[in-house]
Amino acid sequence: MEIIIENATLFLILAGFFGLFMAWGIGANDVANAMATSVGSKALTIKHAIIIAAIFEFSGAVLAGGEVTKTIRKGIIDAGGLAATPELLVYGMLAALLAAGCWLLIASSKGWPVSTTHSIIGAIVGFAIVGIGMHAVNWGKVGFIVASWVVSPLLAGIVAFAIFRSVQKLILDTEKPFENAKKYVPIYIFMAGFMISLVTLVKGLKHIGLETTTMENYTYAVVVGLIIMVIGKHFINRIQFDQSLNKDFHYASVEKVFGVLMIVTACAMAFAHGSNDVANAVGPVAAVVSIVHNEGAIGQKSLLPIWVLLIGGVGIVIGLMMYGHKVMATVGKKITELTPSRGFAAELAAATTVVMASGTGLPISTTHTLVGAVLGVGMARGMAALNLTVIRNIFMSWIITLPAGGILAILFFFSLQGIFG
Amino acid sequence: MAISNYMSGIFGNSPIKPMQVHMDKVHDCVALLVPFFEAVVAEDWKKAEKKQNKISDLENEADALKKDLRLNLPKGLFMQVSRQDLLELLTIQDRVANKAKDVAGIILGRKIILPKKIALDFTKFVQRCVDASEQAKVTINELDELVETGFRGSEVKLVQSMIKKLDKIEADTDKLERKIREKLFAIENDMPPLEAMFLYKIIESTGDVADQAQRVGSRLQLLLAR
Repeated sequence: MEIIIENATLFLILAGFFGLFMAWGIGANDVANAMATSVGSKALTIKHAIIIAAIFEFSGAVLAGGEVTKTIRKGIIDAGGLAATPELLVYGMLAALLAAGCWLLIASSKGWPVSTTHSIIGAIVGFAIVGIGMHAVNWGKVGFIVASWVVSPLLAGIVAFAIFRSVQKLILDTEKPFENAKKYVPIYIFMAGFMISLVTLVKGLKHIGLETTTMENYTYAVVVGLIIMVIGKHFINRIQFDQSLNKDFHYASVEKVFGVLMIVTACAMAFAHGSNDVANAVGPVAAVVSIVHNEGAIGQKSLLPIWVLLIGGVGIVIGLMMYGHKVMATVGKKITELTPSRGFAAELAAATTVVMASGTGLPISTTHTLVGAVLGVGMARGMAALNLTVIRNIFMSWIITLPAGGILAILFFFSLQGIFG
Repeated sequence: MAISNYMSGIFGNSPIKPMQVHMDKVHDCVALLVPFFEAVVAEDWKKAEKKQNKISDLENEADALKKDLRLNLPKGLFMQVSRQDLLELLTIQDRVANKAKDVAGIILGRKIILPKKIALDFTKFVQRCVDASEQAKVTINELDELVETGFRGSEVKLVQSMIKKLDKIEADTDKLERKIREKLFAIENDMPPLEAMFLYKIIESTGDVADQAQRVGSRLQLLLAR
């Protein structure tokens, strides 16, 4: 107890700094994955992608990131036996942040397919096992989270398959794809707007102190969806059938219509990413802040201070500014095969899956979910060529990342314990 | 800090564009048969040689494209069409150019002179064979549209009608070929036997250009049937 009260400010500063470091890592690499599909399909310029990412990552984190933050903060570790030594939890959370941040930095520089989510979960579980004991880990919850890592790419794949098949049936495979695109694309825009706003309303507003009924939630979601749809329709109506563009590739004008849709799904994707992945950085900070504010008492109910969320948002934006645009540029160049009609299906499916997971408080990997969605489009014969070795690499990365995050966290944990005695 | 990224790794290099580039090159090569035969009919061997060289160069370039595409089509790629079918289509595309090179090579090598009685028909015949190659090119040009639609729907119907047109052109070349053979048969006793034999061979080889072009269409049809 005394340790915490004595070092309160130092702990808060360390937590803030490590959280910023981790968020910076997420912004530098992970966000680019979420946005690169839009950049690669030329629906967005890099500059616009960064602006969209900054706005929607942030609002996703603030409005819909609460549940995942809660899971990371207190869902994984059963803090019941720590009432006498709350400082262990503080060291652990600091160590986990530092470990995940470092691992992310190493992996990013080597190009390994590492998920921020897996790093932080591995780190928390690692320090808990060694620093506190096997019993300290809430294994039921962890098992559920790991299962969700398998389920989420699969689910995104199935949804993407269904969305893309519907696009084929309604638009691409018809006699008049351009006219049908103009007719049906606004409906997809509505779906994207409706889905995102519904999850935000159901899971987010309660968090910032607004209570709404189910009926109200659905009504508002429909209204928001309609507003976005009308704006989208306005832009779609301005697209003319361009004969010169269509000479070489007959679907050029059709893809332009999908380009409008893809801007909407890019926003949804950034929002979804913010709602799930920012919690990886914010969750441990929140845990430390909560313990320090309650002077050592664990598990007290406390509202998340706004500066904690700001750290997540600011860190991501700095990371984006410093490295994100470079990553987007290189990734964007590589994935030109992903046209807007495909990209939107993958993004909408991935965003839906991630936002639903966020609502349930499950920390999943946005990138893996997006990869699952792209494969789903591929299964619907949507992609010219997909490299399946990436799936093997992703599985390999799980096997490496979880222990790597854990071992690093253990090292940092004992170092911190040594420093503070 | 050098950041590299793995998400993009999932997107393999699409073989579709290279297939189209290859077919374009093949047709560029085949199309030169028209000026080549003009030179042969005019007995302007200097010009003919120049054209033959160009045909040979383009055929080599097409060959290089073919090899490059083969090397860049790893087995682990998940594609809309089977790898085997695509590689076979590529081989057949390449054969169209090979045949054109054969014809030009034999004629120039032996300085074969077309008898006046068949020269006009032969020019028409060559033009029609080049038409077949062009139609094959136009059809292969629809590959990216087929990718867009996932090899389904009305685009498939469009491509099928193009293949039908290709078949029709090839049938025309068969008719012209028969006609030239008949005319040659009527005059073959008035010319050196060896020359007559080589003329028959050239007629056959020229017809092969159209045959192979048609096979490009048939192979594509197999891709659609899956």
